[in-house]
Amino acid sequence: MMIELNKDNYDAEVKEVQGAVVVDFWSPKCDPCMALLPFVEKLAEELEGKVKFCKVNSMQNRRLSIKEKVLGLPTILFYKDGEKVAELTKEDATEENIKAEIAKL
Amino acid sequence: MANYQHDLVIIGGGPGGLAAAIYGARSKISTVVIEKASPGGQIATTAEWENYPGTPSTSGPEEMKGWVKHAEKFGAEFVKDEVVNIIDQGETKLVVGKNNTFEAKVVIVSVGAEPRVLGVPGEYELRGKGVSYCATCDADFFEELDVVVVGSGDQAIEEGMYITKFAETVTVIVLHEEGTLDCTPVLKERAFSNPKMKWVWNSTVNAIKGDGIVEEVELRNIKTGELSTIEANGIFFFVGMIPQTDWLKGIIDMDDRGYIIANELCETNVDGIYAVGDARQKFLRQVVTAAADGAIAATAAEKFIHEEEGFKDMVINQKVPVIVSFWNPTKPETMDLNTQLEAALEQFGDKIKFVKIDTYRNLRISRKCEVKDIPTVVFYKDGQIVDRLDLKVEVDQVVEKIKGLL
Repeated sequence: MMIELNKDNYDAEVKEVQGAVVVDFWSPKCDPCMALLPFVEKLAEELEGKVKFCKVNSMQNRRLSIKEKVLGLPTILFYKDGEKVAELTKEDATEENIKAEIAKL
Repeated sequence: MANYQHDLVIIGGGPGGLAAAIYGARSKISTVVIEKASPGGQIATTAEWENYPGTPSTSGPEEMKGWVKHAEKFGAEFVKDEVVNIIDQGETKLVVGKNNTFEAKVVIVSVGAEPRVLGVPGEYELRGKGVSYCATCDADFFEELDVVVVGSGDQAIEEGMYITKFAETVTVIVLHEEGTLDCTPVLKERAFSNPKMKWVWNSTVNAIKGDGIVEEVELRNIKTGELSTIEANGIFFFVGMIPQTDWLKGIIDMDDRGYIIANELCETNVDGIYAVGDARQKFLRQVVTAAADGAIAATAAEKFIHEEEGFKDMVINQKVPVIVSFWNPTKPETMDLNTQLEAALEQFGDKIKFVKIDTYRNLRISRKCEVKDIPTVVFYKDGQIVDRLDLKVEVDQVVEKIKGLL
């Protein structure tokens, strides 16, 4: 299960959380995002209880995305204890790289 | 890790690969498409598409979903994987992916191209932070903001106009003199009458600056060398494409820019490997030409498979000597010769086999047997050519040679 984020719950669900959080910025118009999302959703199921997975529909949350300095899709942010520790964007946002970053968390 | 076995393995699910899948699967050869991301190719990043015949207005992602369905309807399979090698095993090819292997009788390489990176300071660091190569992915972010587009080809101008639907202004950075664009005239006319499009001539991008996100673009006038800065929140690069063929070095022949060299039948220098679409050396890289390549390659592949298998059964795997007579219907004398040979060779009964091959229908086999003109008769023993007669073929000569082989 991935938690849907917006400007009202982003801080509470991500920045004020102890442990590992992964945030997937996506949009229904972005083909690479749509290709990647099922993989991330599967990972979320596999790692349930260990890593928290969230997603942001950037088109409905433009200001939030820009505030988090996300201006391109797909972008995956990795947080640990509320701190952003890594980021994968565009062609770097591959299944392998995502797994590798999660392993580091 | 799975091992797949197919007649036809297509590497890449863009328009070239999908057209090949449609033609291949429809001709009843087992077909798989390997795609590392989602099928559709570069056109799936284009929102407005208006030059595919019969389809004056559509969107790339939508249209390509239809192509995938079309291929699936005829039985093509799709597997998500990234191919890293092709090993020529003689009769088959082994296509090696990161997660699976695929054994194929014929391989069609449809790997396409990706946007070229200019490599200016800030470009890499600010990817996803305002630097983009995909308008459909990112244009929405820039509602009421100012955007720079680099390039003046069809893609740059088309995508630039698409971005004007969201952005306040789209400033196009053009290398050429004022008024000169690389795109087609119809686009140029439309772009010049779009009030949101601004133009900077004789210029290129020198650097992209910003604290975490794009804030400024530094331009350089190529005539005066003068530097100037414009404020922008986004910058889209459309400065050409790079074929995705690095991994194919040493496997098939390419030119020094990395484009695969293939002939009119889309054949590469390796028997049984074909190349289609944007990764190929060609005059025009468009969906319509990629699709045409795909149709040609799949049809050639289907013939390849059937010719190879037929020839193997009838000639290569025979235990007795095989006399192969090449003919075609435009040369009646070759047909007469066949009739005479059939009569004369009856005396040998089952000790030999006589096979007629129409050079029009069997281009590959004819080429393999180095048939330059007809009539030509080639003598096979234990799967090898042991003798031949070119052009001047006398029935008596054939009979004599057979006696020598028995």
